[in-house]
Amino acid sequence: MTATELNPQQLLPGEAPVRLVDESGTPVQAEGFELPASGVLRELHRSMVLGRRFDRQATALTKQGRLAVYPSSAGQEACQVGAVQALGAGDWLFPTYRDSVALVTHGVPPVEVLELLRGGWHCGYDPYRYRAGPQCTPLATNALHAVGLAHAARLRGEDAAALVFVGDGATSEGDAHEAFNFAAVWGAPVVFFVQNNQWAISVPLDKQSKAPTLAHKAIGYGMPGHHVDGNDAAAVYAVTARALSEARAGNGPSLVEGLTYRMDAHTNADDATRYRLGDEVDLWRERDPLDRLAALLRESGLLDDASAHAVDEEAEGLAADVRAQLGTDVHLNPDELFAHVHAEPTRLREQADLLAEELPAEQEEI
Amino acid sequence: MGQVTMAQALNTALRDSLRADPNVLVFGEDVGALGGVFRITEGLAAEFGEQRCFDSPLAEAGIVGTAVGMAMYGFRPVVEMQFDAFAYPAFEQITSHAAKLRNRTRGAVELPMVIRIPYGGGIGGVEHHSDSSEAYYTHTPGLTVVSPATPADAYSMLQEAITAADPVVFLEPKRRYWTKAEVELPAATEPMHRAVIRRAGTDVTLLAYGPMVATAMEAAEAARTEEGRDVEVVDLRSLSPLDEDTVCASVRKTGRAVIVHEAPVFGGYGAEVAATINRRCFHYLEAPVARVGGFDIPYPSPKLEEHHLPHTGRILDAIAELQWEEDR
Ligand SMILES: Cc1ncc(C[n+]2csc(CCOP(=O)(O)OP(=O)(O)O)c2C)c(N)n1
Repeated sequence: MTATELNPQQLLPGEAPVRLVDESGTPVQAEGFELPASGVLRELHRSMVLGRRFDRQATALTKQGRLAVYPSSAGQEACQVGAVQALGAGDWLFPTYRDSVALVTHGVPPVEVLELLRGGWHCGYDPYRYRAGPQCTPLATNALHAVGLAHAARLRGEDAAALVFVGDGATSEGDAHEAFNFAAVWGAPVVFFVQNNQWAISVPLDKQSKAPTLAHKAIGYGMPGHHVDGNDAAAVYAVTARALSEARAGNGPSLVEGLTYRMDAHTNADDATRYRLGDEVDLWRERDPLDRLAALLRESGLLDDASAHAVDEEAEGLAADVRAQLGTDVHLNPDELFAHVHAEPTRLREQADLLAEELPAEQEEI
Repeated sequence: MGQVTMAQALNTALRDSLRADPNVLVFGEDVGALGGVFRITEGLAAEFGEQRCFDSPLAEAGIVGTAVGMAMYGFRPVVEMQFDAFAYPAFEQITSHAAKLRNRTRGAVELPMVIRIPYGGGIGGVEHHSDSSEAYYTHTPGLTVVSPATPADAYSMLQEAITAADPVVFLEPKRRYWTKAEVELPAATEPMHRAVIRRAGTDVTLLAYGPMVATAMEAAEAARTEEGRDVEVVDLRSLSPLDEDTVCASVRKTGRAVIVHEAPVFGGYGAEVAATINRRCFHYLEAPVARVGGFDIPYPSPKLEEHHLPHTGRILDAIAELQWEEDR
């Protein structure tokens, strides 16, 4: 479908963010969307519990010097888990540095997810194995890779879609604009998921954009924009699942803005008290995405003490694994520095020889 | 085929590559119906269809960034930057992603892609249309950077670049697009990473690439007729990697070296070649390695560019200063 065939009204987000579960855990109506099936709701809950435990563990590991840095997902679990759970078997994920919980949910082993942040190698997993691009630090640049890959899948006649995460700050980058535009013009099967956590390090959203919402940006490119309560995992799942299936069906890209909040500082190395007020954080603590879904599940008889305990146990097991695997020093062979620069190492051979000569000498010194 | 221009040779290389491999895609600004502002992609959209050769929206980071995604999915995108200085918006995608993705993913992701950039001056282009941007790319590990100087090489090297496993920055000397040569296509010249001797000589080695090879050849001829010097001309062809062995064999033979490029001399690619020669040929040198290049100024306006670009006179002057026996 081309932009001109669409009614512009259909490209605009609704008046309020799509919400299927309110802050007290009560289901609410949202036009055009239904509460996901019980199995999905249970899985969203489980993945969020695991994700949050993983996230807490990773943050703890920074204090022990086991991770070089960690940008926490705390508070954003509904966005990351809800969107990733909506992916189909052939779909791709293009995450940022913020999206470790998304990757864990996507099935990438936690220790492979943390390889970048522990300072071992820039990407710890094989992108083809998990259909996930490397965690991307240059802001919004991953959006273009998602568009290219999605377009390529379409050229091959495959119905894979790509889900790419960007932050609210990253929507100001030129590459975000170019990606939105390329995707819309090409009709590429991409869902741009903007996790609007309202802060880009220390810069609040109102210094980033004057758009009514970030979802309103979509209409300028001729694609639909959806605004969703980013702390409502059920709504994130429902909206993203539909956006992905539209993309796979050949109806082009869309932009989903999840309104959420970054509970922690930008990373463990940041001090958020320098730029934001405590009561804002407290306000959002009351909107916790896990509490909300748990309340819904308990109310509908999908979660009881025993099943909640079982999920917690599983989460503790995951955390213990992460601790065990990251508690040992990462083993790296310095010779690998030269291994993946070019298909043919050419002039690097001499430099590799030089390093090889240095190494035994250094080890003797120790 | 007979007389072929470099533009025709490049066009034929793209056509033959599109025919040979269904994974090859050509896209960029105006490359479809128009055939590119230099007509390098002429007729390709008509022959191969919109799916294989297409106009993209006007955004260079977008072009290179989406090419990265396509290459990840198994295609071999060949993208065109309209002019040298208009590739700068794509710099981040080229240096942070195209160049690094193999390394970042420990070899899991290969990016076979070609970024074609018409570069250099001499065509009377207004500002931003004449930059020699090679050093930005040669300084980036993970990129292969090549520049052909003849129609036969343009054909052969572009085909080889398209089949290469790593991203190639393919610098096309736009002022030589219309240079003709007697060529039978398909032509297979030396492998892309080899430098070649364009003219054998014994007194001094001129090292050049891309647009300056023809200038170096003219200077070599002038040196013979005017000064009786026997000048060897090496066409580097590949800037990264550099074919050190061919360069050094020539300089060891002649004992003198002059590097010629259009780019400003300060921090220019010639410094790398000079350092290589000093390191590997020091004891063979009769004189310090000389560099002839553009001035260290932003590329000048069309009416002044002739003063900026290296020319025969400047090359002969550089040769004359190489501490010849008769001057000692
Ligand atoms: C191109 C680029 N510029 C600057 C940075 C440094 N930087 C890292 S994260 C960040 C803030 C990004 O904010 P946002 O996009 O809202 O995502 P969040 O970190 O909140 O998830 C900045 C400025 C970067 N990584 N990339």
